[in-house]
Amino acid sequence: MSHKNIKTISNPKLKLEILTKEDVQKIHDATLQIIENVGVRFPSKRALEIWEANGADVDHEKRIVRVKPQVIEEALKKCPPAYTLAARDPQQDLPLDGNHVCLGTDGCGVEVIDIETKEKRTSCLQDVRDIARVADATEEVAFHWVPVSAQDTPAETRGLHEVKAVWENSTKHVQTESIYSVHEAQAAMEMAVILAGGKAEVRKRPVLSLMQCTAPPLGHDGGSLDAALIAAEHGIPTGFMTMASCLTTGPATMAGTLAVGNAEVIAATALLQLAYPGAPVFYAAAQTASDPRSGAYTGGGPEDFLFGAATNVLADFYNIPLSMGSFATGAKEPNWQAGLEGSLSTFMASVVMSDMLLGVGFLHGSRIWSYAEMMMDCEIFSIIHKMMQGIVVDEETLALDAIAAVGPGGHFLAQKHTRNHMRDLFLPQFLDRRPYTEWETKKDDARDWALNKARKILKEHQPDPLDERISKEFDKIIKSVEKS
Amino acid sequence: MSDELEKLFKEMAQSIIDGDSDISVELAKKSIEMGVPPLDAITKGFVVGVNYIGDQFGAGEAFLPELVMAGEAMKAAVATLEPELIKLGEAREIMGRVVLATVEGDIHEIGKTLVGTMLSASGFEVVDLGVDQPADKIIGKALEINADLIGMSALLTTTMVRQREVIEELDKEGLRPRIKVMVGGAPITRDWATKIKADGTSEDAVGAVQLAKQLVGKE
Repeated sequence: MSHKNIKTISNPKLKLEILTKEDVQKIHDATLQIIENVGVRFPSKRALEIWEANGADVDHEKRIVRVKPQVIEEALKKCPPAYTLAARDPQQDLPLDGNHVCLGTDGCGVEVIDIETKEKRTSCLQDVRDIARVADATEEVAFHWVPVSAQDTPAETRGLHEVKAVWENSTKHVQTESIYSVHEAQAAMEMAVILAGGKAEVRKRPVLSLMQCTAPPLGHDGGSLDAALIAAEHGIPTGFMTMASCLTTGPATMAGTLAVGNAEVIAATALLQLAYPGAPVFYAAAQTASDPRSGAYTGGGPEDFLFGAATNVLADFYNIPLSMGSFATGAKEPNWQAGLEGSLSTFMASVVMSDMLLGVGFLHGSRIWSYAEMMMDCEIFSIIHKMMQGIVVDEETLALDAIAAVGPGGHFLAQKHTRNHMRDLFLPQFLDRRPYTEWETKKDDARDWALNKARKILKEHQPDPLDERISKEFDKIIKSVEKS
Repeated sequence: MSDELEKLFKEMAQSIIDGDSDISVELAKKSIEMGVPPLDAITKGFVVGVNYIGDQFGAGEAFLPELVMAGEAMKAAVATLEPELIKLGEAREIMGRVVLATVEGDIHEIGKTLVGTMLSASGFEVVDLGVDQPADKIIGKALEINADLIGMSALLTTTMVRQREVIEELDKEGLRPRIKVMVGGAPITRDWATKIKADGTSEDAVGAVQLAKQLVGKE
C-alpha cells in the first residue's frame, strides 16, 4: 500500500525475538493477578459505574477497582484487531493492520527552539501551526500528535485550539494527547463529526484519535477516562499510554514495570469495551527507567529500547494496534546522545512492527521542540525504513553478469547493472560524507542542513487548505465551550 | 547549422549523458561518414553531454556511476574520432598530459582509475600505468610523453612514502616545476602533500580534476 507523501515501514525482512510465548503468558498472568488483587484506580464516577455494572469489586472511597480475570479477558476479545486512521486527505489514511509502522510527531512539549532566532522560548499556537505544516510536507511523518502546548490560548479550550490548528495546516491524520476533560472531548467529537461529514462517517473514517496517559503506578486520570469513554462512544480510536518508569512509578525490574503498565492499559481498554463493545482502541506505551542517581525522567537508555520492542509483543498478544514511544532522549541539543537514543529506540520499536511511533522532534525528555532534531529524526526513520527492507537475494541482485564483466580488479561503476540499481542504495540527506577539507572549510554539519531544510519547507510548503466554513464552525464550537 | 547536424549533436550529447559507449561510438562513426569535422563532433556534440553530467553531479543530482559511464562513453567516442583527426592533421586541444600510477608495493587503484576517467573526460591525455609502479618507470613514462603532470596514489601508510621518493627523484633530475605532482589515496592528507613537497592533493576524483586544471594553468 502506498500513500501520497507518506513513508511507512511494511513487509519487514528483519525479525527480533525479545519475549518468548511463555514470557508473555507470565506477564499476562501477573497483570491479571494485579488487577484482581491489588486493583487499579479509576477516579471517574462513570467508569466506576460501568465496572460495578460488570461485576467488579469497586471501592468507592478509594476509587479502586478489582476485576476478575475472565471479565478482563472477555472484554479484550471485543477489541477490533485492525482499523484505519483516516486523514483529511483520504490518500493519506493509515492502516493499523500490523503491517505498517507509521511515524508521528512527538507531543505536548512546552518550549520551542525558534526556527529563525534559534533561541529557546515558551511554545504557542503559532508553533502548533508551523510544526504541523512542516510535518505535512515530510514523507516520514505519517500523522500528527499535537507537538507543543499552545500556551497562549485559554487553558479550558487549549486542546481544541491545538487540534484545529493542526487540521488547518495539514491533510494528515491528527491524534491528540491533550484532550482530557468531558467538555473538551465533547467539543472535539463535534469537530471530528463536522470534518468527516457526519456521525456515521466519522465512525468509518475517524479523522481524529485520542491518546490518554495513565497515572502510574496502577492509576488513571478521571478526566482522561471520561474523555476516552466519549471518544469510544463516537467510534474515535482511543489508546491508553503507560509511562511507568523503573525505580519510581514502576518496580526497578523491567518485567515488573511491564506488568504494572500492562495492568493500567488493559484495565482501561477493557473498560471501553465493556461500555462500547467493538470500539477501536490501541495500546500505548513509553516506559523507561528513571535515573538511579536522581530519579529523573528523560527517556532513552537501554531499558527504553527493550521496552520498545517488548511492548508490541504484548499488544500482539491482545491483538490490538500499538502506539510506541520512540525517539525519546534526555539530550539538551541535537547531539551524540540524541542520535543514539533516537536510533536505537526507533529501531527496536520498528523491528517488531509497532503500528505507531511517537515521535520526532524533541529534546530534553519531550520538553523542547527542535526543528533540526525533527528533520534528523526523520532521517533516522528513513534509515530504519531502508534497513527493514532487508537484503533481496535473487538472480538479478546476485549480479553474476556484472561480476563476470568486471572480473578481478577494476570497478563496477561503469556497469549497466550498477546504473540500474544505484538508486536502490540509501541516499542520506544529513550524513556527512564529504572530503575532510570541505568540512574543514565550512565546519557545518547535519544540524545546520536539517534546520535549513525545515526553514525551506516552512517558507514554501502550503498544504491543501481546510474549507473556511469548517474553520468557522470549529471557532463557534470552541467559543461555546469558552462561554460555558 | 542544418537540422540534421543539430539532431546529431544532440544525440551525441545524450549518448554521453546516458553513459552509453555503444551509441557514442556509433554516432562518432556516423559523423565521419557524414563528413562532420571531428573537432566539431567533439566540442559541439559529446563535450556538451560531459559538461551537463558534470554540472548535474556537482549539484548532487547525478551519481558517480553516471559520471564514470559518461567519461567512458566520451573516451570511446574520442578514440573513434582520433584516426580521423590525425588524418586531417588536426589535434584536439588537450588540457595537459598526465601519467597516473599507484606506487611501488601498492595494488589499490580504484581511486586512481576514477581520477584517470575523470581527467580523460575533462580533456586531459592520460596514461595510466596501473599498480605497483617504481619511480623510474613513472618518471620514464612522463619524459616519454612529455607529461605536464604526474599523479600518484597509495592506500597504505607503508607505501605512501614512495610518493616522496618519486618527488625527490624528480627534483634531483631538475624536472620540477616543469612536471607537477599530484598525490592521492585514503591516508593522504594535505599535511602529507605539503611535507613531501607535492604540488597538491584531492580527496576525490572531481577535486582531482579541478586541481589538475589549476596545476596546468587552465583554471
